[in-house]
Amino acid sequence: MTERMTGAQSLIRSLEHVGVDVVFGIPGGAILPAYDPLLDSTQVRHVLMRHEQGAGHAAQGYAYATGRPGVCVATSGPGATNLVTPIADAYMDSVPLVAITGQVATPLIGTDGFQEADICGITMPITKHNFLVKEAAEIPARIAEAFHIASTGRPGPVLVDIAKDALQAATSFSWPQALDLPGYRPVTRPHAKQVREAARLICERRRPVLYVGGGVLKAGASQELRVLAELTGLPVVTTLMARGTFPDSHPQHLGMPGMHGTVAAVGALQKSDLIIALGARFDDRVTGQLSTFAPDAAIVHADIDPAEISKNRHADVPIVGDCREVIADLVVAVQAEHAAGNRGDYAAWWSTLGRLRDTYPLGYDEPDDGSLSPQHVIKRIGEIAGPDARYVAGVGQHQMWAAQFISYENPGTFMNSGGAGTMGFAVPAALGAKTALPGTTVWAIDGDGCFQMTNQELATCAIEGIPIKVAVINNGSLGMVRQWQTLFYEGRYSNTDLHTVPRPAGRNVRIPDFAKLAEAYGCVGMRCERPEDVTTTIEKAMAIDDQPVVIDFVVHADAMVWPMVAAGTSNDQIQYARDMAPVWDDEE
Amino acid sequence: MTLHTLSVLVENKPGVLARASALFSRRGFNIHSLAVGPTEYEGISRITIVVNCDSHPLEQVTKQLNKLVNVIKIVEMEPQSSVRRELLLVKVKADAETRSHVLETVQLFRAKVVDVASEAVTVEATGNPEKLDALVRVLEPFGIKELVKSGVVALSRGSRSITDRSLRVLDRSA
Repeated sequence: MTERMTGAQSLIRSLEHVGVDVVFGIPGGAILPAYDPLLDSTQVRHVLMRHEQGAGHAAQGYAYATGRPGVCVATSGPGATNLVTPIADAYMDSVPLVAITGQVATPLIGTDGFQEADICGITMPITKHNFLVKEAAEIPARIAEAFHIASTGRPGPVLVDIAKDALQAATSFSWPQALDLPGYRPVTRPHAKQVREAARLICERRRPVLYVGGGVLKAGASQELRVLAELTGLPVVTTLMARGTFPDSHPQHLGMPGMHGTVAAVGALQKSDLIIALGARFDDRVTGQLSTFAPDAAIVHADIDPAEISKNRHADVPIVGDCREVIADLVVAVQAEHAAGNRGDYAAWWSTLGRLRDTYPLGYDEPDDGSLSPQHVIKRIGEIAGPDARYVAGVGQHQMWAAQFISYENPGTFMNSGGAGTMGFAVPAALGAKTALPGTTVWAIDGDGCFQMTNQELATCAIEGIPIKVAVINNGSLGMVRQWQTLFYEGRYSNTDLHTVPRPAGRNVRIPDFAKLAEAYGCVGMRCERPEDVTTTIEKAMAIDDQPVVIDFVVHADAMVWPMVAAGTSNDQIQYARDMAPVWDDEE
Repeated sequence: MTLHTLSVLVENKPGVLARASALFSRRGFNIHSLAVGPTEYEGISRITIVVNCDSHPLEQVTKQLNKLVNVIKIVEMEPQSSVRRELLLVKVKADAETRSHVLETVQLFRAKVVDVASEAVTVEATGNPEKLDALVRVLEPFGIKELVKSGVVALSRGSRSITDRSLRVLDRSA
């Protein structure tokens, strides 16, 4: 079945074919031919963004919300290079993303033509794969391959760069019958022998822990995880990328491990004799100093990406496979061990962990000057919006507090930039998530630094009718950097004051005024400065569902994120408050 | 650290060499030599990469290389079970007085002279890297004006072929 059309029409037809319903983008010279047939598509909605970085993060938010690849579109040169940050972000966090960029016409490629940039070369190390398309006839096959690669195996970003003359040329549309990807064969079925060995260790060891990463979320394996956890009775820790994969309210959940993890979660990894890593990658923010990480633990490492296994920490039992299949098989294998009379005894282990959890719960001090505690604000947002809302964080202190003080009960309810740590992620990603889930409340938990990097997308929200809610946790500074300056640079605050909060003792200005800024962008702007107004302000925002809302929560500037494992030090050195180290030894 | 020889079968697609070589530098590896060319199958090229590293990092970079969509197969060529060859062209100073000594050396190494000028001869030699290093050492005292190596290419010994099995996979996926 072939049909005559232009390359641009065949691009839009291809997007329809793979089921795309929303793309986020900005037109420009080289991509212009594609925007004409886009106008006629009844299936593909185009959301006109204000910056290509926003388009990329919006596509990521869409992907997090749906599990399907998010799509962003940009023109050549600067349009494409503005996508570099979200592409890198999606690569680090394994987010399925398809970026479509216009390229200068083929005769101009390589001549330093106007708005030419070698975006395939630039994004080579930060994409799962990329294509330069110079022939109109190739467009359907490349789009089919791009979506397949982005969404299977370990998900990731794929860029399709299409020359302008390929978009303009006449071609006949034909959808490929089969994909031509001989070198791409992700392994999803785990090796049965390795799974049995893992089950045997689980039932033999005395101090195992399930270390759950974002791969479990990507595999849609929350149900299976819960079955495995309850079958074995093992403690569970969920990384920043896996928050929500296992309910926070579950008695076996010890919280988040890592630099700002709970003492119990960090302790569980550190003191364990068996770590069962599921879709996690032993990131430095989790392990702390690698050489002293979990010294007594044997490692079972399950991941769909063989390159992650034994990358940072040697795996005694490597399992390559999709986490959903791995965990399902583990359940069967553990049941077989139980049937054979091998059941793990973790009573002493739980008494140690229970003591750590009870002695060192997450907490924070209320400021004594009557100002707002940022942790309290975030906690209240979580309590009021509830476990069905989506929470999208930026990067920094507010991100860690959002990971710590909102109780996540459902997979996919927390989204953030974990691996790359991209400030400015929250507003556009929330926009993308809300576009995918119009009936769901979506809160961006942002900082005053992050918010100023991408807040122009409020215009997109207002005009396209995407009513997200933004809580700017405004401490008037680059808070996490300031925290490190407090702790490691003798309080010398070099270039961290953003002047978004008036300080009577310093420059008494408020630049910008976030509430006024919100109004200027056609959103509802509010400000909350007193503890007694927190609940009513959040409730007022919850009551508005036809307009984006921005709340400027002016919070205490000196609040810090605790617990903390200082960068490069051992997890054994965790402090649950400044200069306060937990007591590890137990009554065993 | 030791030298390892990797044979990498790749789809002959634009940018595939850049993807493979960039991956080595990005992960902190130095490529000792690299040779690329077509194979007996149309559309499939073979890159032979020699890297200097320990075996754990080599395993890591091999896994990363395997993730490249255009890479079909990677096999490490062990010195004992493979034939490794390199081509050397070297321009050696040789005037009337020294030419006969140079030619004698060339013969000893079963190399051959491919160009003669009044002040120099150009020598072509093939062999494993160790043999070529030895030849260069012996020629050095005469004065080496210019030298180029092709990079190592390698095939495993015996009747088995790494392309056979990989290409069967290709047939299946087609």
